[in-house]
Amino acid sequence: MTEADAPLQLRSGAEALAAPLPPLLAEAEHLARNVHMGEHGRRRAGLGDLFWQYRPAQDHDEVRSIDWRRSARSDGAFVQDKEWQVAQSVTIWADDAASMSFASRSELHSKAYRARLLGLATAILLSRGGERVGLPDLPPRSGRAQIARMAARFTEDGTGDYGHPDARGMASHSRALFLSDFLGPLEPVEEALTSAADRGVHGAIVQVLDPAEEAFPFDGRTIFESMGGTFVHETLKAGDLRERYIQRLAERKERLLALSRLTGWQFLSHHTGDPAAPALMWIFNAMERRL
Amino acid sequence: MLTLGPIAFTAPWLLLGLAALPILWLLLRAVPPAPIRRRFPGVALLLGLRDDESQSDRTPWWLLLLRMVAAALVILGFAGPLLNPQTERTGSGPLLILTDASWADARGWPDRSARIEALLVEAGRAGRPTALVALTDLPPGAPEFRAAEATLLDLPSTGPAPFAPGFDEVMAWSETFEGSFDTYWISDGLDRESRDPLLTALRDRGDVTVFQSPRRTLALRPARFDAGDILVEAIRTPVGDAFETEVAAIGLDPAGIERRLATAPAIFEPGEGTAEVVFDLPPELRNRISRFEVTGISTAGAVTLADDALRRREVALIAGSNEREGLELLSPTHYLEQALAPVADLIDGTISDVLLANPDVIILADVAGLAAGEDEAVQEWIEAGGLLVRFAGPRLAGSDLARTEEHPLLPVRLRAGGRSVGGAMSWGEPKALAPFEEDSPFFGLDVPDDVSVTAQVVAQPDPTLAQRVIAQLSDGTPLVTRKPLGEGQVVLFHVTANAEWSSLPLSGLFVDMLERLAVSTRPAAPTVEDLAGTIWVPELVLDARGNLERIDTLTGVEGERIATARPGPDLLPGLYTGEDRRLAVNAVASDDVLSPALWPSDVTVEGLELTSETDLKGWILAGALALLLADIVASLALSGRLRGPRAGIAVVLAALFLTGAPEAAQAQDTAPALGGAESAGPDADDDLFAISATREVILAHVLTGDARVDQIAEEGLLGLSIALFRRTAVEPALPVGIDIEEDELAFFPILYWPVTAGQPIPSREAYAKLNRYLRSGGMIVFDTRDADMAGFGSGSPEGRKLQALARPLDIPPIAPIPEDHVLTRTFYLLQDFPGRYASRDIWVEASPPDAELAEGMPFRDLNDGVTPVVIGGNDWASAWATDEFGTPLYPVGRGMAGERQREIAMRFGINLVIHVLTGNYKSDQVHVPALLDRLGQ
Repeated sequence: MTEADAPLQLRSGAEALAAPLPPLLAEAEHLARNVHMGEHGRRRAGLGDLFWQYRPAQDHDEVRSIDWRRSARSDGAFVQDKEWQVAQSVTIWADDAASMSFASRSELHSKAYRARLLGLATAILLSRGGERVGLPDLPPRSGRAQIARMAARFTEDGTGDYGHPDARGMASHSRALFLSDFLGPLEPVEEALTSAADRGVHGAIVQVLDPAEEAFPFDGRTIFESMGGTFVHETLKAGDLRERYIQRLAERKERLLALSRLTGWQFLSHHTGDPAAPALMWIFNAMERRL
Repeated sequence: MLTLGPIAFTAPWLLLGLAALPILWLLLRAVPPAPIRRRFPGVALLLGLRDDESQSDRTPWWLLLLRMVAAALVILGFAGPLLNPQTERTGSGPLLILTDASWADARGWPDRSARIEALLVEAGRAGRPTALVALTDLPPGAPEFRAAEATLLDLPSTGPAPFAPGFDEVMAWSETFEGSFDTYWISDGLDRESRDPLLTALRDRGDVTVFQSPRRTLALRPARFDAGDILVEAIRTPVGDAFETEVAAIGLDPAGIERRLATAPAIFEPGEGTAEVVFDLPPELRNRISRFEVTGISTAGAVTLADDALRRREVALIAGSNEREGLELLSPTHYLEQALAPVADLIDGTISDVLLANPDVIILADVAGLAAGEDEAVQEWIEAGGLLVRFAGPRLAGSDLARTEEHPLLPVRLRAGGRSVGGAMSWGEPKALAPFEEDSPFFGLDVPDDVSVTAQVVAQPDPTLAQRVIAQLSDGTPLVTRKPLGEGQVVLFHVTANAEWSSLPLSGLFVDMLERLAVSTRPAAPTVEDLAGTIWVPELVLDARGNLERIDTLTGVEGERIATARPGPDLLPGLYTGEDRRLAVNAVASDDVLSPALWPSDVTVEGLELTSETDLKGWILAGALALLLADIVASLALSGRLRGPRAGIAVVLAALFLTGAPEAAQAQDTAPALGGAESAGPDADDDLFAISATREVILAHVLTGDARVDQIAEEGLLGLSIALFRRTAVEPALPVGIDIEEDELAFFPILYWPVTAGQPIPSREAYAKLNRYLRSGGMIVFDTRDADMAGFGSGSPEGRKLQALARPLDIPPIAPIPEDHVLTRTFYLLQDFPGRYASRDIWVEASPPDAELAEGMPFRDLNDGVTPVVIGGNDWASAWATDEFGTPLYPVGRGMAGERQREIAMRFGINLVIHVLTGNYKSDQVHVPALLDRLGQ
């Protein structure tokens, strides 16, 4: 390799790396555009510029906060409350483990793609609403640049067969969104959720599944391998396993749901075969609810 | 070779491989299907699950069976199975292949030909010299034996002849045999006189093997008259159970198109070899019949040609000068006319006139003497075969004709005055008729009691009188006498042709007697003497398959040969024209019988069916392959890989393979049908055409095959359509060119037909269609496009072509367009009809002769309806032609005058279309005031 080639190689590598970025970002923005924000305040009194309500002045209110125009119309003094408009931090974790790269049919996107799409679209929406968004290893910030950084970070695949969320980097009382298939061991998930809940972090977990994982349409003598190749299971009649597999999957969903209830989170099971927009709406509402 | 029933194996030892199948069974059974490796994230959920059953490690029995059958088929296939293995014919030395090749062979000749070919190929393999001889086309000498390959070359030129082998020829040929040879005789299954001697001669030379298949052979004997009806006898072989078929009488219909005029069933009773088919047809139809044939059988024997014997007769009626006017019922010929009009063509006129018409019969009602010249002329006419029928009457009785010596035109001498009986001034009762004698042509007719004779002329007793009487009164007085004269005869009714002297003309018997006389003088089968010295030219010739061919390349045949009525190579069955009539020579004569050929028991008779050896190897291996394909699909299904699109493909492939190639070919056939209209079903296509042609008014032109002319016609009609659209309420769609052979014409109000010298004459069906079109109100505009150099009717090539084209068309009399024709005023008021040329020669349907110009009217009340044709040569299409923007395409005339001419041409076109669409509307006198106003009168 000559010296002159090096920048070229770097550039082509960078372009290859960035290639999935614009479609993902564009599609995420396209998806986010479907959700009309409208003027949405936090619907409670707090710091902000917009009028929220008048309330009778109390002892701890400073005099300068009294709205004299309103107070003059009656005997009591009234204070003008502003709507609470404080920016929240939202941490989005999209599972990047090998299991997420599965897509049963060529026309379906992988689960990772769908998870990142949903995550990025949520980030765009929230960022548009003035919130700060971040990744577990990317501190929450607001603005378009943060979205671009997140998108760039989403092109990197992680290692390991199954991933689990990490709640350690989250600020207290922030919000979080976990996107994963949650097919791996549940204990780390449980641990992350409870520790997050302990620190007052609330949010939503979205289980992204491939339709094949839901339906288990396999027959005959089959050796199943995990995406990373660490787990192997051989069966002679895959069809016979279907019911038990589906049952186990249902149990897992039940457990995730119970866990989320316990910790005050929201839970959604989403399939890559379904359109992304309803899931985005659900996520947005879920994030909105407690903000 | 191992033979099991109809199947043999060329490599039977391979069948031992079938013994290995059980081992294969065990082997296959032990090997389970290979597992699939599948990446699946959900495997974490599967960990720890166990299979309930463990039987899947063995192949299921049905899959095993499938594989076993496939393996067995492979073994069978390679063992070389043959269906119908051919046993080699033994024999050596020269081989004669003899075929009757008569008309009875025509049906199924391809089978026979194939059989001969197979025999020749076989003989070629054995290296035997061969000769191929057709008994209807015998070689001049002994059979010439050559290599089979050389003989095979003769096979295509050997074919059935429309006659049977002649006895003398076959016998003469059998004399020429030399050396020894074996014979394969491909028989037509009919027995003939020559068969046994020939068989004997052949068996003297070597073995004879006969190939013959039992089959029904039908033939028709020549048609003849039987009591006024046409009788055709159908004969058959073998004689067996009841059998019914249909005989059709075929001839030209009034439009000149050959069609089946009548059909009648031929019902063979069980055990009967002949069936009589009776056609009771009106004479008009009877005269048109040209042949009879058994429906659905195409051999020369199943066709019998009708000649002049079935023609409708022409009868000339001549009465003596009629002095009494107005007494219709007393007219001497009244009853004759009544009796003959339905069955004969009557000719009126003087003797010399009618003789020119050469009638079949001349009837003289009470005519005594003829003028000097006429006498000899009539006599000559009778001698040439005419029939003179005379009726007595006061004038004949009063004349002294044939008093002393026999007159050539009277059968007997007559006594002066005649006699009357039963009258007021005479003795005795009116005389009744005696029953007819057996030798009388009237024999068999019932004599009604109420027929009485009150007066008659009386014959002089003569030695010849007795044999000349064919009807007499109850007292033995001759009533009808007859004598032959040359080829014809003279008949005298001794009473009047009206009811004056007898009530005979009032009775039905009179009609029957006339019929009998007419029938009995029809030209019967001519004898050798009749035909001696005459030469007959074949006009139509039958081939062995019963097709009539018009022919003018054969030389004439001598009358003596025709009289034998035995067709042969020198006398093909067909219609022969002589000086004054036509004779039919039929493949089957009136006394022929069909009988099946019976062979001596020691002659090998083989069927004609050619059982071809079929190599089953390919089929069986294909079956094995199909099973293996099915095995693939089944294995895929079993191992769970048959999912998604792959499953569809596999199933489709399997279905295609199993249902075989024909379906695939069909699928290919139907595939383009969805795309293009050309190959869509004919019905759908027709419907589309009909809908598009009738949705709007469409001007049509006939495709001539000349691309340039067709283009001009289309452009012309486009220009005319545009002009119509702009100027009138007629809003035509785009014009179309139609093929009169294929397309339905009824949808188009007008057909523009440019005549080119080179265009083909339409087929008969197309003419039928055109005539139907013309009769139902269509109009054809013939344009010869030659008015610049030829007047109408002069001999330009287009003009001659037009005559040829229009000849079969059902066109009424035409005339040059009169000045007051409705075409001059249907839309524009026109007097000229120019196109690119400005000739005035335009012909339309002639106006009725009685159309008269009424007082004060500018035009006559002419034809009702639309003139079916407009004929001219002005090349209208070129004058009308525009592009789609209305710009004229071809020059017309010069300068403004030319533009004016184009405008007038366009106006003529508009008038034409409006005329077709409105008929005679504008010829109604109601429009007179308005028209007068417009004319400025």
